[in-house]
Amino acid sequence: MLKPEIKNYVTPKHIRDYPTGPSFEAGHLVSINAGWRTFKPVVDINVCTGCYQCYLLCPDGAISKTDNKKIEFDYSFCKGCGVCAHECSFNAISMVKEELTK
Amino acid sequence: MVDIKKITAKNMTDKEFFFGHKACAGCGGSLAVRLAMKVFGEKTFAALPAGCMSAVGFIFPQMAFLNNAIISTFPGTGSMLSGMRAGLDALGFHDTHVVGFAGDGGTADIGLQALSGAIDRGDRIIYICYDNEAYMNTGVQKSGLTPYGTKTTTSPAGKNLSGAVTHKKNLFEIIAAHDIAYAATASVGYPQDYLNKLSKAARVNGTSYIHIYATCPTGWGTPTETSVSLAKEAVDCGLWYLAEYENSTFKINRKLTKPELLKEHLLKQGRFKHLTDEDIKVIESERDRKWERMLEKWG
Amino acid sequence: MKTQMSKQKVFISGDEAVALGVRLARPHVISAYPITPQTIVVERLSEMVEDGSLKARYIHVESEHSAMSAAMGASAVGARAFTATSSQGLLYMAEGMHYASGGRMPIVMMNANRSLALPWSIFGDHRDSLSMLDSGWIQVYVEDAQEALDMTIQAFRIAEDAAVLTPFMINLDGFILTHTYEIVDIPDQSKVDSFLPVFKTPNKMSLEKPKSMGFSTSPADNMEFKYQQHKAMLDAKDIIHSVDKEFGKTFGRSYGGMIDSYNCEDADYVLVTAGSVTGTARIAVDNLRSRGIKAGLVKLRYLRPFPDEEVRAAAGDVKAIGVLDKDISFGYEGTIFTNVNSALAHLSIRPVSINFIAGLGGRDISIKDIEGIYHDLEEAVTVGKDKSFAKVRYVNMGVEIDG
Ligand SMILES: Cc1ncc(C[n+]2csc(CCOP(=O)(O)OP(=O)(O)O)c2C)c(N)n1
Ligand code: SF4
Ligand code: SF4
Ligand code: SF4
Ligand SMILES: [Mg+2]
Repeated sequence: MLKPEIKNYVTPKHIRDYPTGPSFEAGHLVSINAGWRTFKPVVDINVCTGCYQCYLLCPDGAISKTDNKKIEFDYSFCKGCGVCAHECSFNAISMVKEELTK
Repeated sequence: MVDIKKITAKNMTDKEFFFGHKACAGCGGSLAVRLAMKVFGEKTFAALPAGCMSAVGFIFPQMAFLNNAIISTFPGTGSMLSGMRAGLDALGFHDTHVVGFAGDGGTADIGLQALSGAIDRGDRIIYICYDNEAYMNTGVQKSGLTPYGTKTTTSPAGKNLSGAVTHKKNLFEIIAAHDIAYAATASVGYPQDYLNKLSKAARVNGTSYIHIYATCPTGWGTPTETSVSLAKEAVDCGLWYLAEYENSTFKINRKLTKPELLKEHLLKQGRFKHLTDEDIKVIESERDRKWERMLEKWG
Repeated sequence: MKTQMSKQKVFISGDEAVALGVRLARPHVISAYPITPQTIVVERLSEMVEDGSLKARYIHVESEHSAMSAAMGASAVGARAFTATSSQGLLYMAEGMHYASGGRMPIVMMNANRSLALPWSIFGDHRDSLSMLDSGWIQVYVEDAQEALDMTIQAFRIAEDAAVLTPFMINLDGFILTHTYEIVDIPDQSKVDSFLPVFKTPNKMSLEKPKSMGFSTSPADNMEFKYQQHKAMLDAKDIIHSVDKEFGKTFGRSYGGMIDSYNCEDADYVLVTAGSVTGTARIAVDNLRSRGIKAGLVKLRYLRPFPDEEVRAAAGDVKAIGVLDKDISFGYEGTIFTNVNSALAHLSIRPVSINFIAGLGGRDISIKDIEGIYHDLEEAVTVGKDKSFAKVRYVNMGVEIDG
C-alpha cells in the first residue's frame, strides 16, 4: 500500500469501542481534503516531461508517478495550493477553477 | 563518509508516510515532514510536540502518519526522543530511526533545554526543526526565531514599533556549539539539498539536527503557490543560508547569489508589508554582518 | 504484618530499598534528575547500571520535565520505565504527569515527600504529592523501608495490568523514611520474575502495527477518553487487592490493599493517617488502649484510587474520626480530610470528624501529639453535640495563634 485509504469508520456506540487511551491505528484516514480547493491542477500530458519536480514538492503527496513516466493527481487529497503548477519548469500544469456544481 | 546513493525525486519511494493531514494548502512545514519521512522510511518512530504539524496530523480518528508517531509535550521533544531511543535499544530494535519534527518555538524556545540535553548525551536521534518563524498553531505569535520587523499577533506593527524588534536567535550555531555529530540548515526551496542532508542525518551514529526553513502561507500572508519559490528566494537573498556542521567544522553549502532581491522578497509577504526603507536597512545590515562573519569563520 | 522471613536480610535506608526493588523489577529505562531526599535512589541505580547488576538504560536527563518525558518515550515504545523525584521536581513534572496518565502509560515513580517552596525546606510533608492528586496517577504511601521495596515491585504489576494501564507513584516520607535504616528482607529475583512478568501492553508502538499515539480529540470524543481513564483507576482497586494477596502468598508479606486498619473493630475514636507517621500512631493507640480508651487507626495506603468504601467500613460507625494531614489546601483544610469527609458523607449517621494539620516542613509529630489528638476527639464528642468546635486544628504549632 503506497498511501492509506479512507476507512469506513463507525462512530463508537459503547465505551469499549474506543481504543485504550489515545493510541490508534497509524494511517487511519476517514476524510478527504478535496473540498478545500477553489482551483484544481490539470496536467497536459503532452507537455509533461516526467521530471517529477511537482511530485517532489507537493506538500500533500497528492501527485503520483504513472507507468508512462508522467504524473497524475489524487483529487481526493489535493488542496489546490498551486505549488505544482508554479514549480513546473515546463508549464505543463494549469490551475483550473473548480466548478461550483460538483 | 561512504558514498551514499543520492535520493532524488526520481528514485525515492512512492510510499507516502505523511498523508491526509489537515495542514493549510501550500504548507512548507508539511512538505518538510513529508520529504523527511520518505527518506527515513517505515522503521521510523516519530515524536512531534504541540505545534502545527502535530495539530494537523493526529485528529482522532484521522491519523496522517503511516509510521509510528506520537505527540510529545511542547517542551519535551528532545527527551521523549531519548526515551524512545533508549526503549527501542533496550528491546533490541536498533535498526530504527527516532525522529522529532518540531516548530521554531518548540525548538528554539520552550524545547531548547530538552534538545540540549539530548545532544549532550549524544543520543542517536534525528531532530528536525521546521522553522516557520512564529508560533503558528496558536495564531502567529512571535518566537525566538521570528526575524526583525516581522508583524505577528504579539509583535504588532504600529506607530511605535515595526513588528519584532529582535533578530533571529542564532540557533544553528547554538546547536553546533554542543559539538553535535551532525547539524545542517536547509530550505524547502532547495529540496535536493534537504534530501541529501536527510540521508546524511539518517546515517549519523549520534545526534543530528536539521533546521529547515519552512514557509507558512497562512502566517506569512503569502500566496499558497509560492511556498517553494519564496523559500528558495530567502536563501538566494541571504535571509536564510544553507550550511552544515560536521566533524567539528562548519561549511557553507551555497553562496549568497542575489542580495539585491532582499527588498522585493520582503515586501511580497504580508508580514513585512509595513516595513519602511529604514527597517529594511536594519535587516540588510544584519544580513551582511551575519554573512561576513560566516564567510570569515566558515568560508 | 511481616511474617515469614527469608534468608536475605539487609540493613538499608528507604531510598536504598526502593533502588533494590527497582532492580528486582528489571526496568528497561530509568530517567531521573536528582533532588534531596530522593538522590540516594538515583545514585544507587546508577551504580547498579554501572556494575552491570541492573541491565537498564540510565538516561541522564537535564530536568524532571525531561525525566517524565523520556519515561513516556520509553513507555510508548513498549519499554518498562522508572523515574524518581521529590517536591519541586514533582511539580516541574506536572505537565508530563497528566500526559502520562492520559496516555495510559504505566510508568512507575518514587516520590520522596518533601515540603514545597516558599519558604524553602528540604524536609518532609505531603504537599507535593497531594497537589498532584488529580494528575491521574495511582498514589500509594508506604510506612517503612520493607513496604517501600515491596510496593516498588507491586507497583509495576498493578500499573501494567491490562485493566489498569495507569502510572503509579510510590510515596516515601522525606528523611523519616528515605534516610532511615531498617532491616529489610530482599525477595529472590526468580520469585520476582514469576510474580512480575515481562512488560506487555497493547498501548505501544510497533513495527508490525504502527500506532499514532498521544493524539488530539474534538469535544465529540474527549469525555469518553477521560471516562475510560477514570474507570481504569477505579478498576485498579480490585487489582490492588488481588496483587497484594498474591504478593503475600509469594513473599510472605501483604499490606491489606487499600487501607490497613488497626484496632478499629470496637473503636470509639479513629485516627486516619498516611505514610510513616502511622508507626508513631500505632504506639499511641497501644498506650491509649492500655488506659482503657478505645482508640483505633486507619492507615490510608492509597489516596488514588481513594479507599472510600474501606474508610466507611472501618470507621463509619465510630464516635469521632480524626484526620491527620501533613498538608493544607490553603483557604480550606487538609486535602485528606476533604477526601475522608466526602467518603463519610454517604452515611446517614456520620461520626464527628476533625482535621489535624501536622508535620508541615518536617515539624516533629510525637507519640504525645497523637495522644493529644485522640483526647481532642473524645472532648469533641462530649462537648461537640451542642457547642461548636474547631474543625481544623494545628498540631504542635510553636506559637500561639488565637485571636
Ligand atoms: C507548555 C505549553 N505552553 C504553551 C503551549 C501552547 N502552544 C501550543 S503550540 C504553540 C506554538 C507552536 O509554535 P511552533 O513550535 O513554532 O510550531 P508551529 O505551530 O509554528 O508549527 C504553543 C505556544 C503548549 N501546548 N504547551
Ligand atoms: S513538474 Fe511539470 S514536467 Fe515535471 S513531472 Fe510535473 S508536470 Fe511533468
Ligand atoms: S495543487 Fe498543491 S496539493 Fe494539489 S497537487 Fe498541486 S501541489 Fe499538490
Ligand atoms: S498555519 Fe502555517 S505552518 Fe501551520 S499548517 Fe498552516 S501553513 Fe502550515
Ligand atoms: Mg513555528
